[in-house]
Amino acid sequence: MERKIRVLVAKPGLDGHDRGAKIVARALRDAGMEVIYTGLHQTAEMIVEAAIQEDVDVVGLSLLSGAHMTLFVDVTRFMKKKGMTNVLVVGGGIIPKEDVPKLKKEGICGVFGPGTPCEEIVDFIKKNVKK
Amino acid sequence: MNDLASKVLKGDPRSIARLITLAENNDPKAAKLMKNIYPFTGKAHVIGITGVMGSGKSTLICELAREYRKQGKKVGIIAIDPTSPFSGGALLGDRVRMTDLALDEGVFIRSMGTRGMLGGLASAVYDVVEILDASGKDIVMVETVGVGQAEVDVIKIADTTLVVVVPGLGDSIQTLKAGIMEIADIYVVNKADRPGMEQTVAEVQSLVDISCSGKDRKTPVLTTVAKENKGTKELVDEINKHILFLKKIKQFEDKRRLRYEAELVEIIRKRLMNLIFDEKKLEDTIERLLDQISRKEVDPYTAAEEILGKILK
Repeated sequence: MERKIRVLVAKPGLDGHDRGAKIVARALRDAGMEVIYTGLHQTAEMIVEAAIQEDVDVVGLSLLSGAHMTLFVDVTRFMKKKGMTNVLVVGGGIIPKEDVPKLKKEGICGVFGPGTPCEEIVDFIKKNVKK
Repeated sequence: MNDLASKVLKGDPRSIARLITLAENNDPKAAKLMKNIYPFTGKAHVIGITGVMGSGKSTLICELAREYRKQGKKVGIIAIDPTSPFSGGALLGDRVRMTDLALDEGVFIRSMGTRGMLGGLASAVYDVVEILDASGKDIVMVETVGVGQAEVDVIKIADTTLVVVVPGLGDSIQTLKAGIMEIADIYVVNKADRPGMEQTVAEVQSLVDISCSGKDRKTPVLTTVAKENKGTKELVDEINKHILFLKKIKQFEDKRRLRYEAELVEIIRKRLMNLIFDEKKLEDTIERLLDQISRKEVDPYTAAEEILGKILK
């Protein structure tokens, strides 16, 4: 039986910088995962609906505008509301160190800042994927 | 009936998504569930959309879905993108063009990687069509990978096949070749606001004039600008007309039979492949034979016969 890790890569909010998200998406693809790329300007609701329909194992969020404390947390809270407990959530972007523990507490299990090698993200996902 | 199967029949998105995953992964549980839902399939109109990469298939599908939603129909969309032959991974990016449908409860979108299939479809696509059909979708649209000239498997699954072309991709010789330009029930010239549109329409039209001469139905050639929602309503009308035509000339059942045949062959193919390549006890034999073939001690035909001999015993 063949099992592939499916990852939704999304950019919540209004920031239009998607180079980072695309590079990570490609690295995950090269690591043998199926990456569903949803593009820019997604609301938490849109991200969660897509994650449900695509039955993903992982949701990857990217944000460079500084609104991560609101928008990342919106996504995990909405997921909780929908009862999605077996999906791993990771995030990346310009995220100050002091925000990382707060984000982890809200269910964003992996947080990756600028300069993170892609292999680190791949390994983290492989190790922590829940299903 | 199994709980998951009955939830699929009620249209529950998470159950639909779950069952699709099981089918895609070739999970042994999937076959039993598919048997459960099978009696409730056969109602949806399956539309295949194919064309070269970048021709606007995803955008067109988004606009078609919006048109069907206006008519109160529920829509399922299967968007297929290629799986890497090297890593086995895939980047599935068709959703980017379908953002307008993201929060519509009457629309279910699923992205699939081809996972080794070559005809423009994914191996589990037949299952996914049945699942969306059983879940109450009136329309199921299947978007193939961006195709070249010969990926024509979509006709096996679709009741109506749209071939999307765009201006500027070559001269009239291209339209005369076999393969992709033979399979359309409707031709769509998308991005019709681009220069060269008249010439492309004329070339496709002349192809139709030759290939449909003396036939009951001439394949229509429509123009659209999907990004601006131009021409999509007319396209939906034309798709509906096609189904009525198939039913009138009693070919609808023939088309469906073609799908069931392809589905049956695919199930058997997968099971046979599993029997040979997932079986631990054959692993050593296959490795040994591959070594021998590499050293030219055995030819591949003899090797294949030995392997088949072992499973057919």
